[in-house]
Amino acid sequence: MDQIEMKDEPTGGDLVRRHRLSTRIWHWTNALCLYVLFCSGLGIFNAHPRLYWGEYGAIFDKPWLELHRFGPLWTLPSYYSLALARRWHLAFALLFAFALLIYMLWSLANRHIGRDLAFRRGELAPRHIAADIWNHMRLRFPTGAEALRYNVLQKGSYIFVIFIALPLMILTGLTMSPGWDAGAPWLLDLFGGRQSARSIHFICAWTLVAFFLVHMVMVVLAGPFNEVRSMITGRYRLPKGEAA
Amino acid sequence: MSALITRRALVGGMAAGAATLLSGCDRLSANEDFRKILFSADNMHRWTQRALINREALAREYSPADMSPRFRANGTRYPQTPFYLDMSSDLFARWQVKVGGLVNRPLSLSMPQIRAMPQREQITRHDCVEGWSAIGKWRGVPLKLILEQAGLRDTARYIVFHCADDMGGGKVYYESCDLVDAFHPQTILAWAMNDKPLQVAHGAPVRMRIERQLGYKQPKYVTGIEAVSSLRGINGGKGGFWEDVAGYEWYGGL
Repeated sequence: MDQIEMKDEPTGGDLVRRHRLSTRIWHWTNALCLYVLFCSGLGIFNAHPRLYWGEYGAIFDKPWLELHRFGPLWTLPSYYSLALARRWHLAFALLFAFALLIYMLWSLANRHIGRDLAFRRGELAPRHIAADIWNHMRLRFPTGAEALRYNVLQKGSYIFVIFIALPLMILTGLTMSPGWDAGAPWLLDLFGGRQSARSIHFICAWTLVAFFLVHMVMVVLAGPFNEVRSMITGRYRLPKGEAA
Repeated sequence: MSALITRRALVGGMAAGAATLLSGCDRLSANEDFRKILFSADNMHRWTQRALINREALAREYSPADMSPRFRANGTRYPQTPFYLDMSSDLFARWQVKVGGLVNRPLSLSMPQIRAMPQREQITRHDCVEGWSAIGKWRGVPLKLILEQAGLRDTARYIVFHCADDMGGGKVYYESCDLVDAFHPQTILAWAMNDKPLQVAHGAPVRMRIERQLGYKQPKYVTGIEAVSSLRGINGGKGGFWEDVAGYEWYGGL
């Protein structure tokens, strides 16, 4: 009886399968892409470090944001080269976009989305969310079998990144392409013009940086070795509960 | 305590990692084989666009109310070659656009001849590779009409535009496009902008408008239109001045 229970419900201390192969491959591909895209994106931004709303915007028009050029530690390449920054950006944009598309389809097929990401009944109840926020604030993380599932804040951030922020990066990126604007003019209507799309692209990129920083903090707090191992090998040591 | 050390190590590691990655990326950028892969993305984007987008799809045309109050000029503002200064001295009355290469009937078009041909007017958005955009009104002859008059030979695959602006170091500006964009309805040899003859800073007396591509693909001060089968033998061989000297994409629709 005990043994059967062990099989059905792993407990703290067990080494269990945590992340699927598709998730792991995509995670690291995506990490590389986001790094290259962010740094080369800043390299491109440096060619005209001003942002506007609407369809047009150039040196005689009023920007809503004007910055100095980002320094060599931020950009790719580290020296100023719009042409090379674009080459990096446009090459990795293809990898990034198709990797996301394949990951979405694969995760739909292997039910990663339905089983692990979709909110369950009751999870979105204000009381449940409040409790999860309270647990996070006290740095109390789930232990035992509970740690096999994403909690509601985790689900929320992954859903936001995978289904909103990353697609938004792709669509606003396409809106900056004059070729795609001719082929899909609804992009211009969706974002309110090419310069608006450029602004949203920029804001969204920094939102992803914010996600990355919180993500890093959470990995460190939850135990970096175990977390990184689970994203490489798929194996995860379930944390033991304090009372257990 | 151990978490603190890990955190510190992580932050330090991240900064060091970022610096290593960056210098690694710089070295990769200089590697010939890696550059080839990186630079091939240009073609993949073009194939994707040609496959997924209607080849006749028009760039958005705007209303006069949408126009930029001031349209920024970029690149050469006033070519200082003896030829151009001589031509501008009588307001380009002697300007000729030669149409040649792989055509059956080479042409030499004067400005009155260009203005006498059927015209197209369009208010479109000009997107610079640097990131800014400006909306202006253009008027000119569809390139399609000129190419049909000259009669392209079957071997022609690209149209090269020769220009009068000297970029220094013995290099002149030039550009090129494929036949899909050359025959596109909005591709015009423009001689008027915002209801006035083209200003020198914007390419007087004639410039190209290829509306589904970036600004550097729309050469100014056009003196020649040449149909060719390959771009390889022309100047740096990459199909345009910026492509040759700085490595910009030949396909400027992205």
